[in-house]
Amino acid sequence: MTSDMAFFEFLCRMGDNTLVLGHRVSEWCGHAPVLEEDIALANTALDLIGQTQMWLGLAGEVEGEGRSADDLAMLRDAWDFRNVLLAEQPNGDFGQTMMRQYLFDQAHVLLLEKLAQSSDERVAGIAAKAVKEVTYHVERSRDTVIGLGDGTSESHRRMQAALDLLWPYVGEMFTDDEVSGIMAAEGIAPEPSSLRAGWDAAVQQTMSEATLVIPDSGFAHAGGKTGFRHSEHLGHMLTQMQWLQRAYPGARW
Amino acid sequence: MYAQMIKSEATQEDPEKLAAFQARIDAGEKIEPKDWMPQGYRKTLIRQIGQHAHSEIVGQLPEGNWITRAPTLERKAILLAKVQDEAGHGLYLYCAAETLGVTRDELTEMLLDGRMKYSSIFNYPTLTWADMGAVGWLVDGAAIMNQVPLQRTSFGPYSRAMIRICKEESFHQRQGYDVMMKMAQGTSAQKKMAQDALNRFWYPSLMMFGPSDKESVHSEQSMAWKIKMNTNDELRQKFVDQTVPQAEYLGLTVPDENLKWNEDTGHYDFSQPDWSEFFDVLKGNGPCNQERLAARNSAWDDGKWVRDGLLAHAEKKAARKVAAE
Repeated sequence: MTSDMAFFEFLCRMGDNTLVLGHRVSEWCGHAPVLEEDIALANTALDLIGQTQMWLGLAGEVEGEGRSADDLAMLRDAWDFRNVLLAEQPNGDFGQTMMRQYLFDQAHVLLLEKLAQSSDERVAGIAAKAVKEVTYHVERSRDTVIGLGDGTSESHRRMQAALDLLWPYVGEMFTDDEVSGIMAAEGIAPEPSSLRAGWDAAVQQTMSEATLVIPDSGFAHAGGKTGFRHSEHLGHMLTQMQWLQRAYPGARW
Repeated sequence: MYAQMIKSEATQEDPEKLAAFQARIDAGEKIEPKDWMPQGYRKTLIRQIGQHAHSEIVGQLPEGNWITRAPTLERKAILLAKVQDEAGHGLYLYCAAETLGVTRDELTEMLLDGRMKYSSIFNYPTLTWADMGAVGWLVDGAAIMNQVPLQRTSFGPYSRAMIRICKEESFHQRQGYDVMMKMAQGTSAQKKMAQDALNRFWYPSLMMFGPSDKESVHSEQSMAWKIKMNTNDELRQKFVDQTVPQAEYLGLTVPDENLKWNEDTGHYDFSQPDWSEFFDVLKGNGPCNQERLAARNSAWDDGKWVRDGLLAHAEKKAARKVAAE
Protein backbone atom coordinates (compact mmCIF):
# COMPACT_ATOMS: atom_id res chain seq x y z
CA MET A 1 0.00 0.00 0.00
CA THR A 2 1.39 3.41 -0.95
CA SER A 3 1.42 6.14 1.61
CA ASP A 4 -1.14 8.15 -0.40
CA MET A 5 -3.48 5.17 -0.42
CA ALA A 6 -3.04 4.77 3.32
CA PHE A 7 -3.64 8.48 3.84
CA PHE A 8 -6.86 8.31 1.81
CA GLU A 9 -8.01 5.28 3.83
CA PHE A 10 -7.22 7.07 7.08
CA LEU A 11 -9.16 10.19 6.04
CA CYS A 12 -12.15 8.06 5.02
CA ARG A 13 -12.04 6.42 8.44
CA MET A 14 -12.20 9.83 10.09
CA GLY A 15 -14.88 11.21 7.77
CA ASP A 16 -17.02 8.10 7.66
CA ASN A 17 -17.09 7.86 11.44
CA THR A 18 -18.39 11.40 11.73
CA LEU A 19 -20.75 11.00 8.75
CA VAL A 20 -22.33 7.76 9.93
CA LEU A 21 -22.56 8.74 13.58
CA GLY A 22 -23.80 12.24 12.65
CA HIS A 23 -26.48 10.66 10.52
CA ARG A 24 -27.55 8.34 13.33
CA VAL A 25 -27.75 11.20 15.82
CA SER A 26 -29.75 13.29 13.35
CA GLU A 27 -32.39 10.54 13.25
CA TRP A 28 -33.46 11.77 16.70
CA CYS A 29 -34.61 15.12 15.40
CA GLY A 30 -37.91 16.05 17.05
CA HIS A 31 -38.14 12.81 19.05
CA ALA A 32 -35.86 13.41 22.06
CA PRO A 33 -37.07 12.96 25.65
CA VAL A 34 -36.82 16.66 26.45
CA LEU A 35 -36.43 19.84 24.42
CA GLU A 36 -32.89 20.56 25.61
CA GLU A 37 -31.85 17.13 24.34
CA ASP A 38 -33.39 17.80 20.94
CA ILE A 39 -31.25 20.90 20.73
CA ALA A 40 -28.10 19.16 21.98
CA LEU A 41 -28.51 16.15 19.66
CA ALA A 42 -29.05 18.39 16.63
CA ASN A 43 -25.99 20.36 17.66
CA THR A 44 -23.86 17.22 17.97
CA ALA A 45 -25.06 15.95 14.59
CA LEU A 46 -24.34 19.33 13.05
CA ASP A 47 -20.77 19.35 14.40
CA LEU A 48 -20.18 15.83 13.12
CA ILE A 49 -21.51 16.62 9.65
CA GLY A 50 -19.32 19.73 9.56
CA GLN A 51 -16.28 17.61 10.44
CA THR A 52 -17.28 15.14 7.73
CA GLN A 53 -17.16 17.91 5.14
CA MET A 54 -13.58 18.66 6.17
CA TRP A 55 -12.31 15.07 6.43
CA LEU A 56 -13.93 13.80 3.26
CA GLY A 57 -13.03 17.01 1.45
CA LEU A 58 -9.40 16.36 2.25
CA ALA A 59 -9.79 12.68 1.37
CA GLY A 60 -10.98 13.65 -2.11
CA GLU A 61 -8.07 16.05 -2.47
CA VAL A 62 -5.53 13.41 -1.42
CA GLU A 63 -7.10 10.82 -3.72
CA GLY A 64 -6.74 13.25 -6.61
CA GLU A 65 -9.51 11.81 -8.75
CA GLY A 66 -11.78 14.82 -8.54
CA ARG A 67 -14.21 13.35 -6.01
CA SER A 68 -15.80 15.87 -3.63
CA ALA A 69 -16.85 15.23 -0.04
CA ASP A 70 -20.42 14.87 -1.32
CA ASP A 71 -19.36 12.35 -3.96
CA LEU A 72 -17.69 10.27 -1.29
CA ALA A 73 -20.62 10.52 1.10
CA MET A 74 -23.40 9.98 -1.41
CA LEU A 75 -21.99 7.75 -4.13
CA ARG A 76 -19.96 5.01 -2.45
CA ASP A 77 -21.47 1.67 -1.56
CA ALA A 78 -21.22 0.06 1.87
CA TRP A 79 -17.95 -1.82 1.22
CA ASP A 80 -16.17 1.48 0.59
CA PHE A 81 -17.25 2.93 3.93
CA ARG A 82 -14.51 2.94 6.57
CA ASN A 83 -16.41 3.81 9.75
CA VAL A 84 -16.13 1.63 12.81
CA LEU A 85 -19.05 -0.71 13.47
CA LEU A 86 -19.89 1.16 16.67
CA ALA A 87 -20.88 4.28 14.69
CA GLU A 88 -23.41 2.46 12.51
CA GLN A 89 -25.20 0.65 15.36
CA PRO A 90 -28.87 1.66 15.55
CA ASN A 91 -29.99 4.32 18.00
CA GLY A 92 -32.04 2.03 20.22
CA ASP A 93 -33.44 3.98 23.16
CA PHE A 94 -31.99 7.29 24.29
CA GLY A 95 -29.69 5.49 26.71
CA GLN A 96 -28.21 3.32 23.98
CA THR A 97 -27.69 6.39 21.80
CA MET A 98 -25.89 8.24 24.57
CA MET A 99 -23.80 5.22 25.55
CA ARG A 100 -22.71 4.79 21.93
CA GLN A 101 -21.93 8.50 21.85
CA TYR A 102 -19.85 8.43 25.01
CA LEU A 103 -17.82 5.35 24.04
CA PHE A 104 -17.08 7.00 20.70
CA ASP A 105 -16.56 10.57 21.98
CA GLN A 106 -14.04 9.43 24.56
CA ALA A 107 -11.91 7.80 21.85
CA HIS A 108 -12.56 10.63 19.40
CA VAL A 109 -11.32 13.33 21.74
CA LEU A 110 -8.10 11.44 22.59
CA LEU A 111 -7.42 10.88 18.89
CA LEU A 112 -8.13 14.48 17.91
CA GLU A 113 -5.82 15.80 20.63
CA LYS A 114 -3.00 13.80 19.00
CA LEU A 115 -4.05 14.70 15.48
CA ALA A 116 -3.83 18.37 16.37
CA GLN A 117 -0.04 17.69 16.50
CA SER A 118 -0.04 15.84 13.15
CA SER A 119 2.91 16.23 10.79
CA ASP A 120 0.34 17.05 8.10
CA GLU A 121 -0.81 20.65 8.58
CA ARG A 122 -4.19 20.06 6.99
CA VAL A 123 -4.93 17.20 9.40
CA ALA A 124 -3.69 19.26 12.33
CA GLY A 125 -5.93 22.14 11.27
CA ILE A 126 -9.08 20.05 11.02
CA ALA A 127 -8.32 18.32 14.32
CA ALA A 128 -7.70 21.61 16.12
CA LYS A 129 -11.13 22.84 15.10
CA ALA A 130 -12.90 19.52 15.73
CA VAL A 131 -11.35 18.92 19.14
CA LYS A 132 -13.08 22.00 20.54
CA GLU A 133 -16.46 20.61 19.49
CA VAL A 134 -15.72 17.07 20.60
CA THR A 135 -14.47 18.21 24.01
CA TYR A 136 -17.98 19.49 24.53
CA HIS A 137 -19.55 16.32 23.12
CA VAL A 138 -17.66 14.08 25.53
CA GLU A 139 -18.46 16.31 28.47
CA ARG A 140 -22.13 16.08 27.68
CA SER A 141 -22.30 12.37 26.81
CA ARG A 142 -20.24 11.54 29.90
CA ASP A 143 -22.57 13.55 32.17
CA THR A 144 -25.59 11.87 30.61
CA VAL A 145 -24.16 8.37 31.06
CA ILE A 146 -23.39 9.18 34.69
CA GLY A 147 -26.76 10.82 35.29
CA LEU A 148 -28.73 7.92 33.86
CA GLY A 149 -26.46 5.19 35.25
CA ASP A 150 -26.77 6.69 38.72
CA GLY A 151 -30.42 7.71 38.32
CA THR A 152 -33.41 5.47 38.97
CA SER A 153 -33.26 1.67 38.98
CA GLU A 154 -34.86 1.66 35.56
CA SER A 155 -32.42 4.13 34.04
CA HIS A 156 -29.55 2.17 35.62
CA ARG A 157 -30.83 -1.08 34.14
CA ARG A 158 -31.16 0.44 30.67
CA MET A 159 -27.68 1.98 30.76
CA GLN A 160 -26.10 -1.28 31.88
CA ALA A 161 -27.91 -3.05 29.04
CA ALA A 162 -26.61 -0.45 26.58
CA LEU A 163 -23.04 -0.86 27.82
CA ASP A 164 -23.29 -4.65 27.60
CA LEU A 165 -24.71 -4.43 24.09
CA LEU A 166 -22.13 -2.00 22.74
CA TRP A 167 -19.03 -3.24 24.53
CA PRO A 168 -18.05 -5.73 21.78
CA TYR A 169 -17.81 -2.78 19.35
CA VAL A 170 -15.27 -0.89 21.46
CA GLY A 171 -12.16 -2.87 20.54
CA GLU A 172 -12.27 -2.02 16.84
CA MET A 173 -11.50 1.62 17.63
CA PHE A 174 -8.08 0.60 18.95
CA THR A 175 -6.77 -2.02 16.53
CA ASP A 176 -3.66 -1.29 14.46
CA ASP A 177 -3.20 -2.38 10.86
CA GLU A 178 -1.16 -1.55 7.79
CA VAL A 179 -2.95 1.79 7.26
CA SER A 180 -2.37 2.93 10.82
CA GLY A 181 1.23 1.72 10.67
CA ILE A 182 1.97 3.92 7.67
CA MET A 183 0.19 6.88 9.25
CA ALA A 184 2.16 6.47 12.47
CA ALA A 185 5.47 6.09 10.63
CA GLU A 186 4.81 9.36 8.81
CA GLY A 187 3.77 11.16 11.96
CA ILE A 188 0.32 11.87 10.53
CA ALA A 189 -1.69 9.93 13.11
CA PRO A 190 -0.96 7.82 16.19
CA GLU A 191 -1.40 4.03 16.28
CA PRO A 192 -4.94 3.47 17.64
CA SER A 193 -3.61 1.00 20.21
CA SER A 194 -1.60 3.82 21.79
CA LEU A 195 -4.85 5.52 22.81
CA ARG A 196 -6.35 2.54 24.61
CA ALA A 197 -4.82 3.04 28.06
CA GLY A 198 -6.00 6.63 28.25
CA TRP A 199 -9.44 5.61 27.07
CA ASP A 200 -9.66 2.76 29.59
CA ALA A 201 -8.74 5.03 32.46
CA ALA A 202 -11.32 7.67 31.49
CA VAL A 203 -14.07 5.11 30.85
CA GLN A 204 -13.41 3.28 34.11
CA GLN A 205 -13.74 6.55 35.99
CA THR A 206 -16.98 7.41 34.19
CA MET A 207 -18.54 3.98 34.63
CA SER A 208 -17.63 3.93 38.28
CA GLU A 209 -19.39 7.28 38.80
CA ALA A 210 -22.30 5.93 36.76
CA THR A 211 -22.39 2.80 38.99
CA LEU A 212 -22.13 0.68 35.84
CA VAL A 213 -20.05 -2.47 35.44
CA ILE A 214 -17.72 -2.78 32.48
CA PRO A 215 -18.20 -6.23 30.91
CA ASP A 216 -15.41 -8.66 31.61
CA SER A 217 -14.71 -9.45 27.97
CA GLY A 218 -12.05 -8.43 25.53
CA PHE A 219 -13.97 -9.69 22.52
CA ALA A 220 -14.13 -7.19 19.68
CA HIS A 221 -16.06 -7.31 16.42
CA ALA A 222 -14.09 -6.15 13.40
CA GLY A 223 -14.75 -5.28 9.78
CA GLY A 224 -16.04 -1.68 9.81
CA LYS A 225 -12.92 0.38 9.41
CA THR A 226 -11.43 -1.99 6.83
CA GLY A 227 -14.78 -2.19 5.03
CA PHE A 228 -14.44 -5.98 4.95
CA ARG A 229 -17.71 -6.72 6.77
CA HIS A 230 -20.07 -3.98 7.92
CA SER A 231 -23.25 -4.77 9.81
CA GLU A 232 -26.56 -5.05 7.96
CA HIS A 233 -27.54 -1.69 9.39
CA LEU A 234 -25.21 0.36 7.20
CA GLY A 235 -26.89 -0.53 3.92
CA HIS A 236 -30.27 0.65 5.16
CA MET A 237 -28.76 3.91 6.32
CA LEU A 238 -27.17 4.45 2.92
CA THR A 239 -30.37 3.75 1.00
CA GLN A 240 -31.90 6.64 2.89
CA MET A 241 -28.91 8.97 2.94
CA GLN A 242 -27.99 8.53 -0.71
CA TRP A 243 -31.45 8.24 -2.18
CA LEU A 244 -31.79 11.64 -3.86
CA GLN A 245 -28.31 11.59 -5.36
CA ARG A 246 -28.88 8.10 -6.69
CA ALA A 247 -32.40 8.76 -8.00
CA TYR A 248 -31.47 12.01 -9.79
CA PRO A 249 -27.90 11.54 -10.98
CA GLY A 250 -26.03 14.71 -11.79
CA ALA A 251 -28.68 17.09 -10.39
CA ARG A 252 -27.42 20.04 -8.38
CA TRP A 253 -29.09 20.77 -5.08
CA MET B 1 -47.95 32.82 11.85
CA TYR B 2 -47.93 30.06 14.34
CA ALA B 3 -50.91 31.14 16.45
CA GLN B 4 -54.36 30.73 14.92
CA MET B 5 -57.90 31.33 16.13
CA ILE B 6 -56.75 32.57 19.52
CA LYS B 7 -59.81 33.58 21.52
CA SER B 8 -59.18 36.46 23.84
CA GLU B 9 -60.68 36.11 27.30
CA ALA B 10 -63.38 38.42 28.56
CA THR B 11 -62.15 40.46 31.46
CA GLN B 12 -64.26 41.51 34.44
CA GLU B 13 -62.05 43.59 36.60
CA ASP B 14 -61.79 46.95 38.27
CA PRO B 15 -62.48 49.48 35.47
CA GLU B 16 -59.94 51.92 36.90
CA LYS B 17 -57.16 49.36 36.85
CA LEU B 18 -58.17 48.31 33.37
CA ALA B 19 -58.09 51.88 32.14
CA ALA B 20 -54.65 52.45 33.65
CA PHE B 21 -53.42 49.22 32.08
CA GLN B 22 -54.78 50.23 28.69
CA ALA B 23 -53.17 53.64 29.03
CA ARG B 24 -49.77 52.01 29.57
CA ILE B 25 -50.24 49.92 26.44
CA ASP B 26 -51.42 52.89 24.42
CA ALA B 27 -48.33 54.79 25.55
CA GLY B 28 -46.19 51.99 24.12
CA GLU B 29 -44.94 50.74 27.49
CA LYS B 30 -43.99 47.11 27.89
CA ILE B 31 -45.91 45.00 30.40
CA GLU B 32 -43.54 42.89 32.50
CA PRO B 33 -44.40 39.63 34.32
CA LYS B 34 -44.66 41.20 37.79
CA ASP B 35 -46.88 44.08 36.67
CA TRP B 36 -50.61 43.97 37.25
CA MET B 37 -52.46 42.67 34.21
CA PRO B 38 -56.05 41.67 33.52
CA GLN B 39 -56.76 37.95 33.82
CA GLY B 40 -57.97 37.95 30.22
CA TYR B 41 -54.68 39.40 29.01
CA ARG B 42 -52.74 36.75 30.91
CA LYS B 43 -54.87 33.84 29.72
CA THR B 44 -54.93 34.98 26.10
CA LEU B 45 -51.17 35.37 26.08
CA ILE B 46 -50.59 31.93 27.62
CA ARG B 47 -52.76 30.46 24.90
CA GLN B 48 -51.08 32.40 22.13
CA ILE B 49 -47.45 32.01 23.24
CA GLY B 50 -48.07 28.36 24.12
CA GLN B 51 -49.53 27.65 20.71
CA HIS B 52 -46.62 29.39 19.09
CA ALA B 53 -44.14 27.33 21.14
CA HIS B 54 -45.95 24.08 20.31
CA SER B 55 -45.81 25.00 16.64
CA GLU B 56 -42.05 25.34 16.81
CA ILE B 57 -41.78 21.94 18.44
CA VAL B 58 -44.18 20.08 16.16
CA GLY B 59 -42.65 22.04 13.28
CA GLN B 60 -39.42 20.08 13.75
CA LEU B 61 -41.17 16.97 12.45
CA PRO B 62 -41.97 17.80 8.81
CA GLU B 63 -38.42 19.07 8.30
CA GLY B 64 -36.83 16.37 10.40
CA ASN B 65 -38.48 14.03 7.92
CA TRP B 66 -35.85 15.09 5.34
CA ILE B 67 -32.70 15.51 7.43
CA THR B 68 -31.69 11.91 6.85
CA ARG B 69 -32.35 12.28 3.10
CA ALA B 70 -30.81 15.70 2.47
CA PRO B 71 -29.02 15.58 -0.89
CA THR B 72 -25.67 17.08 0.14
CA LEU B 73 -23.67 17.45 3.33
CA GLU B 74 -24.16 21.20 3.22
CA ARG B 75 -27.93 20.92 2.85
CA LYS B 76 -28.01 18.43 5.71
CA ALA B 77 -26.02 20.81 7.91
CA ILE B 78 -28.25 23.78 7.04
CA LEU B 79 -31.40 21.80 7.73
CA LEU B 80 -30.02 20.54 11.05
CA ALA B 81 -29.14 24.09 12.04
CA LYS B 82 -32.62 25.24 11.11
CA VAL B 83 -34.41 22.54 13.06
CA GLN B 84 -32.12 23.19 16.00
CA ASP B 85 -33.09 26.89 15.84
CA GLU B 86 -36.74 25.90 15.91
CA ALA B 87 -36.30 23.84 19.06
CA GLY B 88 -34.49 26.88 20.48
CA HIS B 89 -37.44 29.11 19.57
CA GLY B 90 -39.73 26.68 21.34
CA LEU B 91 -37.52 27.00 24.40
CA TYR B 92 -37.57 30.85 24.48
CA LEU B 93 -41.32 30.86 23.97
CA TYR B 94 -42.00 28.32 26.73
CA CYS B 95 -39.83 30.47 29.00
CA ALA B 96 -41.84 33.57 28.01
CA ALA B 97 -45.07 31.67 28.78
CA GLU B 98 -43.68 30.50 32.12
CA THR B 99 -43.38 34.11 33.28
CA LEU B 100 -47.20 34.19 33.13
CA GLY B 101 -47.56 31.43 35.71
CA VAL B 102 -47.80 28.21 33.73
CA THR B 103 -45.08 25.54 33.54
CA ARG B 104 -43.57 24.05 30.42
CA ASP B 105 -44.72 20.61 31.54
CA GLU B 106 -48.31 21.84 31.91
CA LEU B 107 -48.23 23.33 28.43
CA THR B 108 -46.72 20.13 27.04
CA GLU B 109 -49.44 18.00 28.64
CA MET B 110 -52.06 20.25 27.07
CA LEU B 111 -50.46 19.84 23.65
CA LEU B 112 -50.24 16.07 24.02
CA ASP B 113 -53.84 15.54 25.09
CA GLY B 114 -55.16 17.92 22.44
CA ARG B 115 -56.34 20.75 24.72
CA MET B 116 -53.88 23.12 23.02
CA LYS B 117 -53.24 23.42 19.31
CA TYR B 118 -50.28 24.08 17.05
CA SER B 119 -50.31 25.70 13.63
CA SER B 120 -52.42 23.90 11.02
CA ILE B 121 -49.54 24.02 8.53
CA PHE B 122 -47.53 21.32 10.29
CA ASN B 123 -50.26 18.80 9.62
CA TYR B 124 -49.29 18.73 5.96
CA PRO B 125 -46.77 16.15 4.74
CA THR B 126 -43.33 16.91 3.29
CA LEU B 127 -43.13 14.62 0.29
CA THR B 128 -40.12 15.72 -1.73
CA TRP B 129 -36.91 17.65 -1.16
CA ALA B 130 -38.57 20.68 -2.78
CA ASP B 131 -40.88 20.76 0.23
CA MET B 132 -37.86 21.82 2.31
CA GLY B 133 -37.65 24.79 -0.01
CA ALA B 134 -41.38 25.48 0.12
CA VAL B 135 -41.51 25.23 3.90
CA GLY B 136 -38.67 27.72 4.30
CA TRP B 137 -39.89 30.08 1.61
CA LEU B 138 -43.65 30.00 2.21
CA VAL B 139 -44.19 28.75 5.76
CA ASP B 140 -41.37 30.71 7.36
CA GLY B 141 -42.25 33.58 5.05
CA ALA B 142 -45.82 33.60 6.36
CA ALA B 143 -44.58 33.26 9.93
CA ILE B 144 -42.32 36.27 9.54
CA MET B 145 -45.25 38.41 8.33
CA ASN B 146 -46.84 37.95 11.72
CA GLN B 147 -43.75 37.83 13.87
CA VAL B 148 -42.09 41.01 12.69
CA PRO B 149 -44.94 43.19 14.01
CA LEU B 150 -45.07 41.07 17.18
CA GLN B 151 -41.60 42.34 18.06
CA ARG B 152 -43.55 45.42 19.17
CA THR B 153 -46.13 43.46 21.19
CA SER B 154 -47.00 44.83 24.62
CA PHE B 155 -45.78 41.89 26.72
CA GLY B 156 -42.05 42.34 27.35
CA PRO B 157 -40.85 38.70 27.40
CA TYR B 158 -42.86 37.86 24.28
CA SER B 159 -41.55 40.88 22.43
CA ARG B 160 -37.95 40.04 23.34
CA ALA B 161 -38.38 36.41 22.29
CA MET B 162 -39.77 37.63 18.96
CA ILE B 163 -36.79 39.88 18.34
CA ARG B 164 -34.42 36.92 18.65
CA ILE B 165 -36.67 34.61 16.69
CA CYS B 166 -37.16 37.02 13.78
CA LYS B 167 -33.43 37.23 13.13
CA GLU B 168 -33.24 33.48 12.70
CA GLU B 169 -36.49 33.16 10.77
CA SER B 170 -35.36 35.49 8.04
CA PHE B 171 -32.28 33.30 7.57
CA HIS B 172 -34.60 30.29 7.34
CA GLN B 173 -36.71 31.93 4.71
CA ARG B 174 -33.67 32.82 2.62
CA GLN B 175 -32.34 29.30 2.74
CA GLY B 176 -35.77 27.96 1.73
CA TYR B 177 -35.84 30.29 -1.24
CA ASP B 178 -32.31 29.21 -2.13
CA VAL B 179 -33.41 25.55 -2.16
CA MET B 180 -36.28 26.51 -4.48
CA MET B 181 -33.96 28.53 -6.70
CA LYS B 182 -31.60 25.59 -7.17
CA MET B 183 -34.54 23.35 -8.05
CA ALA B 184 -36.15 25.89 -10.37
CA GLN B 185 -32.86 26.28 -12.25
CA GLY B 186 -32.22 22.53 -12.19
CA THR B 187 -33.28 19.56 -14.27
CA SER B 188 -36.83 19.16 -15.54
CA ALA B 189 -37.51 16.68 -12.72
CA GLN B 190 -36.34 19.25 -10.17
CA LYS B 191 -38.53 21.97 -11.73
CA LYS B 192 -41.49 19.63 -11.56
CA MET B 193 -40.74 18.93 -7.92
CA ALA B 194 -40.55 22.67 -7.17
CA GLN B 195 -43.87 23.38 -8.90
CA ASP B 196 -45.52 20.45 -7.13
CA ALA B 197 -44.33 21.75 -3.75
CA LEU B 198 -45.75 25.21 -4.49
CA ASN B 199 -49.03 23.64 -5.61
CA ARG B 200 -49.37 21.74 -2.33
CA PHE B 201 -48.14 24.45 0.05
CA TRP B 202 -49.73 27.59 -1.42
CA TYR B 203 -53.21 27.36 0.08
CA PRO B 204 -52.12 25.81 3.39
CA SER B 205 -49.72 28.77 3.71
CA LEU B 206 -52.56 31.24 3.14
CA MET B 207 -54.52 29.40 5.84
CA MET B 208 -51.75 30.03 8.33
CA PHE B 209 -53.10 33.55 8.86
CA GLY B 210 -56.48 32.19 9.94
CA PRO B 211 -59.91 33.10 8.53
CA SER B 212 -60.95 36.70 8.10
CA ASP B 213 -61.27 38.35 11.49
CA LYS B 214 -62.64 41.73 10.46
CA GLU B 215 -65.74 41.27 12.55
CA SER B 216 -64.20 39.35 15.42
CA VAL B 217 -64.65 40.68 18.95
CA HIS B 218 -61.73 38.59 20.15
CA SER B 219 -59.45 40.11 17.60
CA GLU B 220 -60.48 43.61 18.54
CA GLN B 221 -59.62 43.01 22.19
CA SER B 222 -56.28 41.42 21.30
CA MET B 223 -55.44 44.32 19.02
CA ALA B 224 -56.28 46.83 21.74
CA TRP B 225 -53.92 44.95 24.05
CA LYS B 226 -51.25 44.82 21.31
CA ILE B 227 -51.09 41.06 21.46
CA LYS B 228 -52.25 41.02 17.88
CA MET B 229 -50.87 43.75 15.69
CA ASN B 230 -52.68 43.32 12.35
CA THR B 231 -55.79 41.63 11.07
CA ASN B 232 -55.46 38.24 9.43
CA ASP B 233 -56.55 39.67 6.10
CA GLU B 234 -53.94 42.44 6.18
CA LEU B 235 -51.17 39.95 6.82
CA ARG B 236 -52.42 37.50 4.18
CA GLN B 237 -52.56 40.28 1.58
CA LYS B 238 -49.05 41.38 2.48
CA PHE B 239 -47.82 37.80 2.16
CA VAL B 240 -49.42 37.36 -1.27
CA ASP B 241 -48.04 40.70 -2.47
CA GLN B 242 -44.56 39.72 -1.39
CA THR B 243 -44.62 36.12 -2.57
CA VAL B 244 -46.12 36.35 -6.06
CA PRO B 245 -43.15 38.23 -7.59
CA GLN B 246 -40.79 35.74 -5.91
CA ALA B 247 -42.67 32.86 -7.53
CA GLU B 248 -42.47 34.67 -10.89
CA TYR B 249 -38.74 35.12 -10.46
CA LEU B 250 -38.43 31.38 -9.87
CA GLY B 251 -40.46 30.70 -13.00
CA LEU B 252 -43.13 28.92 -10.97
CA THR B 253 -46.89 29.33 -11.27
CA VAL B 254 -48.99 30.16 -8.24
CA PRO B 255 -51.91 27.70 -8.39
CA ASP B 256 -54.66 30.34 -8.50
CA GLU B 257 -56.31 31.28 -11.78
CA ASN B 258 -57.89 34.34 -10.17
CA LEU B 259 -54.56 35.77 -9.15
CA LYS B 260 -54.05 39.14 -10.77
CA TRP B 261 -52.53 42.51 -10.02
CA ASN B 262 -55.14 45.11 -9.20
CA GLU B 263 -54.05 48.61 -10.29
CA ASP B 264 -56.78 50.29 -8.23
CA THR B 265 -55.94 48.70 -4.91
CA GLY B 266 -52.20 48.34 -5.52
CA HIS B 267 -52.46 44.73 -4.37
CA TYR B 268 -52.95 41.31 -5.89
CA ASP B 269 -56.45 39.88 -6.05
CA PHE B 270 -56.37 36.21 -5.11
CA SER B 271 -58.61 33.26 -4.25
CA GLN B 272 -59.33 32.37 -0.64
CA PRO B 273 -58.24 28.93 0.48
CA ASP B 274 -60.88 26.28 1.14
CA TRP B 275 -61.79 27.20 4.70
CA SER B 276 -63.66 23.96 5.26
CA GLU B 277 -60.34 22.17 4.83
CA PHE B 278 -58.80 24.51 7.40
CA PHE B 279 -61.49 23.68 9.96
CA ASP B 280 -61.08 19.98 9.22
CA VAL B 281 -57.36 20.25 9.91
CA LEU B 282 -58.06 22.11 13.14
CA LYS B 283 -60.46 19.38 14.20
CA GLY B 284 -57.74 16.80 13.77
CA ASN B 285 -58.51 15.68 10.24
CA GLY B 286 -55.47 17.05 8.42
CA PRO B 287 -53.26 14.67 6.45
CA CYS B 288 -50.74 14.28 9.30
CA ASN B 289 -52.50 15.26 12.55
CA GLN B 290 -52.44 11.71 13.84
CA GLU B 291 -48.76 11.13 13.05
CA ARG B 292 -47.60 14.47 14.44
CA LEU B 293 -49.35 14.09 17.78
CA ALA B 294 -48.41 10.43 18.01
CA ALA B 295 -44.76 11.32 17.42
CA ARG B 296 -44.82 13.95 20.16
CA ASN B 297 -46.65 11.63 22.54
CA SER B 298 -44.21 8.80 22.03
CA ALA B 299 -41.21 11.14 22.43
CA TRP B 300 -42.71 12.23 25.74
CA ASP B 301 -43.74 8.78 26.94
CA ASP B 302 -40.56 7.02 25.81
CA GLY B 303 -38.50 9.78 27.37
CA LYS B 304 -40.08 9.55 30.81
CA TRP B 305 -37.45 7.19 32.18
CA VAL B 306 -34.75 9.61 30.99
CA ARG B 307 -36.32 12.63 32.65
CA ASP B 308 -36.95 10.62 35.84
CA GLY B 309 -33.42 9.23 35.79
CA LEU B 310 -31.74 12.60 35.38
CA LEU B 311 -33.93 14.12 38.06
CA ALA B 312 -33.16 11.30 40.50
CA HIS B 313 -29.45 11.74 39.82
CA ALA B 314 -29.63 15.49 40.42
CA GLU B 315 -31.39 14.85 43.75
CA LYS B 316 -28.79 12.26 44.80
CA LYS B 317 -26.01 14.64 43.90
CA ALA B 318 -27.58 17.46 45.89
CA ALA B 319 -28.08 15.14 48.88
CA ARG B 320 -24.45 13.99 48.72
CA LYS B 321 -23.32 17.59 48.63
CA VAL B 322 -25.38 18.42 51.72
CA ALA B 323 -24.07 15.31 53.52
CA ALA B 324 -20.50 16.30 52.73
CA GLU B 325 -20.90 19.82 54.11
